[in-house]
Amino acid sequence: MWAAISKNTLALSKLIIRLDRIRIPLWLIGIVFFTIMVPIAFDDMYSSQKERDVMAETMENPAMTAMVGPGNLENYTIGAMTSHQMLLLTAVIVGLMSILLVTRHTRATEEDGRIEMIRSLPVGRLANVNATLLVLVVINILLALISGLGLYALGIESMDLEGSLLYGATLGATGIVFTGITAIFAQLSESSRGATGFSIAILLIAYLVRAIGDVSNETLSWFSPLGWVSQTEAYSTNNWWPVGLMIGVSIILFILANYLNAIRDLGAGFFPSKPGKKHASIFLKSPIGLALRLQRTGMIAWAIGLFILGISYGSVFGDLESFFEGNDVLEQLLAEKEGYSLTEQFIPMLMIVLSLLATVPPLMAMLKLKGEEGKNRLEHLFARAVSRNKMMGSYLIIAIINGFMMLSLTAIGLFAAANAVMDESFNFGMIYGAAMVYYPAMLVMIGLAVFLIGVLPKVTSFIWAYLTYSFLVLYLGGLFDFPEWVGKLSPFGYIPQLPVEEMQWLPLVILTVIAFVLMIVGMVGYNKRDIDG
Amino acid sequence: MSILKTTNLTKRFGKFTALDGVNIEVNEGEVYGFIGPNGAGKSTTIRVLLGILKATEGTAEIFGKDAWSDAVEIHKRLAYVPGDVNLWPNLTGGEVIDLFVKLRGGNNKNRREELIKKFDLDPTKKCRTYSKGNRQKVALVAAFSSDADLYILDEPTSGLDPLMEQVFQECVIEAKQAGKSVLLSSHILSEVERLCDQVGIIRQGKIIETGSLAEMRHLTRTNLLVETKQPIISIHELKGVHDVVQKDKAISFQVDTEELDTVMKHVTQFGVVKLESAPPTLEDLFMRHYEDNDSDVRRGS
Repeated sequence: MWAAISKNTLALSKLIIRLDRIRIPLWLIGIVFFTIMVPIAFDDMYSSQKERDVMAETMENPAMTAMVGPGNLENYTIGAMTSHQMLLLTAVIVGLMSILLVTRHTRATEEDGRIEMIRSLPVGRLANVNATLLVLVVINILLALISGLGLYALGIESMDLEGSLLYGATLGATGIVFTGITAIFAQLSESSRGATGFSIAILLIAYLVRAIGDVSNETLSWFSPLGWVSQTEAYSTNNWWPVGLMIGVSIILFILANYLNAIRDLGAGFFPSKPGKKHASIFLKSPIGLALRLQRTGMIAWAIGLFILGISYGSVFGDLESFFEGNDVLEQLLAEKEGYSLTEQFIPMLMIVLSLLATVPPLMAMLKLKGEEGKNRLEHLFARAVSRNKMMGSYLIIAIINGFMMLSLTAIGLFAAANAVMDESFNFGMIYGAAMVYYPAMLVMIGLAVFLIGVLPKVTSFIWAYLTYSFLVLYLGGLFDFPEWVGKLSPFGYIPQLPVEEMQWLPLVILTVIAFVLMIVGMVGYNKRDIDG
Repeated sequence: MSILKTTNLTKRFGKFTALDGVNIEVNEGEVYGFIGPNGAGKSTTIRVLLGILKATEGTAEIFGKDAWSDAVEIHKRLAYVPGDVNLWPNLTGGEVIDLFVKLRGGNNKNRREELIKKFDLDPTKKCRTYSKGNRQKVALVAAFSSDADLYILDEPTSGLDPLMEQVFQECVIEAKQAGKSVLLSSHILSEVERLCDQVGIIRQGKIIETGSLAEMRHLTRTNLLVETKQPIISIHELKGVHDVVQKDKAISFQVDTEELDTVMKHVTQFGVVKLESAPPTLEDLFMRHYEDNDSDVRRGS
């Protein structure tokens, strides 16, 4: 019986590996690289125990505990610091990897009708789900071993073999738990979006439950698999049992996923699919309405994400002064300015990062136009009475408003959190102004995207390279002492660094003019060029 | 010998009855045409036969085995082509064909090359670049290059051009000559007419007509075109006459087979100059069933 329903599981596993022969290594390399780089950086930045103790003091507040979980602050070695600050967040990323990969090979491929063809071959009913589980377990074990051994290979004193292996194993076990959770939602939900959405919701709820638990009630953290991650205390007490617990739970989840898969029809789910709208709302019946609708969920997610990012940056302001005093590298980053507190000098550096990140969603909103073209979906609209200007204009308006909203939300988030943790709070106008001065630079980026779509559609992704360049030279510029012109190659390099520098209107006006010229040239180009589809 | 047989096959999705007592039988060496409008239950039937959906009631058997519990065994000797072929965008057509052939477990390299040539498919291209027709070709090549005993084809030619449609028909005829059985669901009635020995018409989850094309024609009407010396009068009033249309001097109409004799006697009174008679096309049969929703459900015998 088992032989029949699982036939060809191995062959399908090979297919999954073949399909993702680039995607899987990228995930692994990315996560392992991230895992290994951080302790190297920590070792560099906080080389003495005194510096680390200062860091530990900074970390000792509810906001940080909510973000990264509890840690061994009494004996804050490089190892303890890494597992405190990084393990939970990396585990969340590993969970995300598992969610995306599992959905991709279960519900998504079923939804696209490929499983139907597979199932018409002599392939067992449960072969696909188990092939996916098998591949994911192998990926996570590999991840555990590579990151564990990689950490040990760094040869940092406080990072022994057992702690390193436990660190890796915790990441892998978290990945396996979320593999199981997603495998179940892939059975329950009828769509891949649903399966991904529910699984990510569980991931976020698990994170929030343990955040609340870690701050106020330890028992609550026990209900979250991410709460168990902190309990391993890698490099401190080295508890292995949470890993065992996670594996035990995973086995139950795997069995449940198999059971649900066995009792359902292909294409069916268990959650009732609610019928969609019968008619399009008036709102949807225009290119701009359609464009907005297509990006709605993504925009909301970015808005929430950036707001939370603002809050998390804001929450560190409380202990900032004492923290900076003990750290040479950061002091070097913040060139000393007369008459301003270190905290105030920290603001422009934060604002560059936040404004660059807030530039990502408006650029995505603009490039969506190119994406739709690539998917041959614009032809449906252009075949009707929609002009090029109307089409591009719709996406542009969304991008411009989107950017304004995103930048505002980060600033508001930052202010709200800083206000809550600081004794002497900031003036809201100062924070908001320091963020919004970056808006003209953001407009230039949007304008450049319009220009690329209209005139050089083959190289639109250049905009991401340019944004990354801006990030590298402006964020790390102070550290590496780049010559000034390197920063001036980015529109963000012309922005006055409020509140430390004087406000200058001229560069802002010039940037805005450049942005509009780029937009107009792009529009003209878009009217002249061929549309791919 | 019966290769595929469903008995009182019923499938419910919640309260909705998709299949309501479907009986189909495909014998060895036979091509069975399965026709019906969209949403009638053709694909649902096929998915039950593939063991992808579980029947609520009734049985579905292929090669004398249960379609659900022995799916894997059955599929070793079965090839399927869906109407809507979705493939992995980052694999080439050739890779997909090999994958499908390998999963079934059989290997016929020559046949594969021959079919790729016949269908004029470029197997080195990634699936994301294929048009609907080309994706269908991939599935067809994978299906026909395997040594199956039963082919289940669900609207396999909806994206093919007429030339490729011809190639497809050749493949089906070859399979039939080799003693293989085919279940062909199709909207292209001329294709069904040309290829199929048996036809089943499904509507709202019920088989409303089944039998050989000859049998089904016998039950229905003959198309007549008559030109007479004097104009034919009161043809409308005769029993069993339908769709009377005046065409210049001639008149065309349909006659129920059982009334043919009476009608012919009436017509000859007016001095027949020209007489053309044609059996009803499948399209006529099909349209008749779907146009008058209230008409009695006929059963082929």
